[in-house]
Amino acid sequence: MAKIIVVTSGKGGVGKTTSAAAIATGLALRGNKTVVIDFDVGLRNLDLIMGCERRVVYDLINVIQGEAGLNQALIRDKRTENLHILPASQTRDKEALTPEGVEKVLETLSQEYDFIVCDSPAGIEHGAQLAMYFADEAIVVTNPEVSSVRDSDRILGLLASKTRRAERSEPPVREHLLITRYDPNRVTSGDMLTLEDVREILAINLVGLIPESEAVLRASNQGVPVVHDMDSDAGQAYADTVSRLLGEDVPLRFHEYQKKGLLSRMFGGGRR
Amino acid sequence: MKLLEFLKRERKKSASVAKERLQIIVAHQRGQRDQPDYMPMLEKELLEVIRRYVQVDQDAINISLDSDNDCSVLELNVTLPRDE
Repeated sequence: MAKIIVVTSGKGGVGKTTSAAAIATGLALRGNKTVVIDFDVGLRNLDLIMGCERRVVYDLINVIQGEAGLNQALIRDKRTENLHILPASQTRDKEALTPEGVEKVLETLSQEYDFIVCDSPAGIEHGAQLAMYFADEAIVVTNPEVSSVRDSDRILGLLASKTRRAERSEPPVREHLLITRYDPNRVTSGDMLTLEDVREILAINLVGLIPESEAVLRASNQGVPVVHDMDSDAGQAYADTVSRLLGEDVPLRFHEYQKKGLLSRMFGGGRR
Repeated sequence: MKLLEFLKRERKKSASVAKERLQIIVAHQRGQRDQPDYMPMLEKELLEVIRRYVQVDQDAINISLDSDNDCSVLELNVTLPRDE
C-alpha cells in the first residue's frame, strides 16, 4: 500500500509544484517507487518542472474517462529510476475529475508504488479538495507572508473536515509545514516572519525550510527538479525535507543569517 | 541627547505587526472551523427577525455553538439599545 501525500497551500505561487517535484524526486532517489500526479486540470505545470512536457500523450482525465490505460499515461522519469509522472489535462473540463475516478486511479497505483505525491491546484475548490481527499499526509507549503499563512490555515481546516480520513473518523491526515522562500537576512532585519512565528500561528509540525534561492528558477528553467542540484542550498534543504518525511531526525539548516565576508561582498555571493 | 534618543527609537518591525494580525485572523478562522455550514445563514436570519422588533447593529449580535459530549448549545447574545 502506497502512502498518499498531498502538496497543498491554498494560495498560488508559493512553490507547490516546485516542492511536489523536488520531494517526489527525492523520495525516488532514496529508492522508493514514487509517482507524482498533477491535479491542476487546465493549468498543468508539473510536466514542465519535471522536464517531460514533450512526452505527454495521455493524462489523468483520459485515464478516468477510460480513453487510455494507466500505463499509457504514466511517464517514466528520464533521470531518476523509480519515478513516474501522471500529468493533468490541459484542455478538458475540471468537472471530468470525479472522486470515483480519482479513487480508482489511486487504488491501482497504490498496489505498485510506495509513495503517491499529489500536486494540488491553488484555491480551495473542487480540484484542491479532490487532491487532498484521499491523502494520508499533507505538506502545507507556506511563505512567511500574511496571505500565505492565512490561506494555509484555511487549508488545515479543510484537511481536518473534508478528507476521507475525516469523514470516516479514521486517524487524521498527518500535517506537515513546509516553509519556502525564507530569507534569513530579512528575518534578521525584522521584515519577515520568523519560522517560529509561522510554526506558532499554524501550530503544526515543521518538516522543512527552503531558503529563497536562485537555484529554484535555474532548476525550473531547465526542467530539472531542484533536488538534483545538491550544490545548492534549496536542493540540500529539499533533500533534508525528504529525510524528515522518511522519519529521520535531521537538524534544520539555512535558517540563520549569513554575514557576507569581504570577498563575497566584492565579488558577489557566489553560486547558491 | 534628544537626537540620540531619536536615532535609537526604532519603528515597530513589520514582521511583528504581521504576526499580531495573523494571530487574530487565525483565531477567528479557527472559531468558525467547527461550526456547521448553516451557521452564517442562521445568524443572518436571526438578525432579520430581531430587527423586525428592535433596531440593532450587525455587531450587536453574537452567536456561537458549543458542543459537549452529547449535546450542543446554541448561544445567542444580543445587546439591545438602551430605551430612549
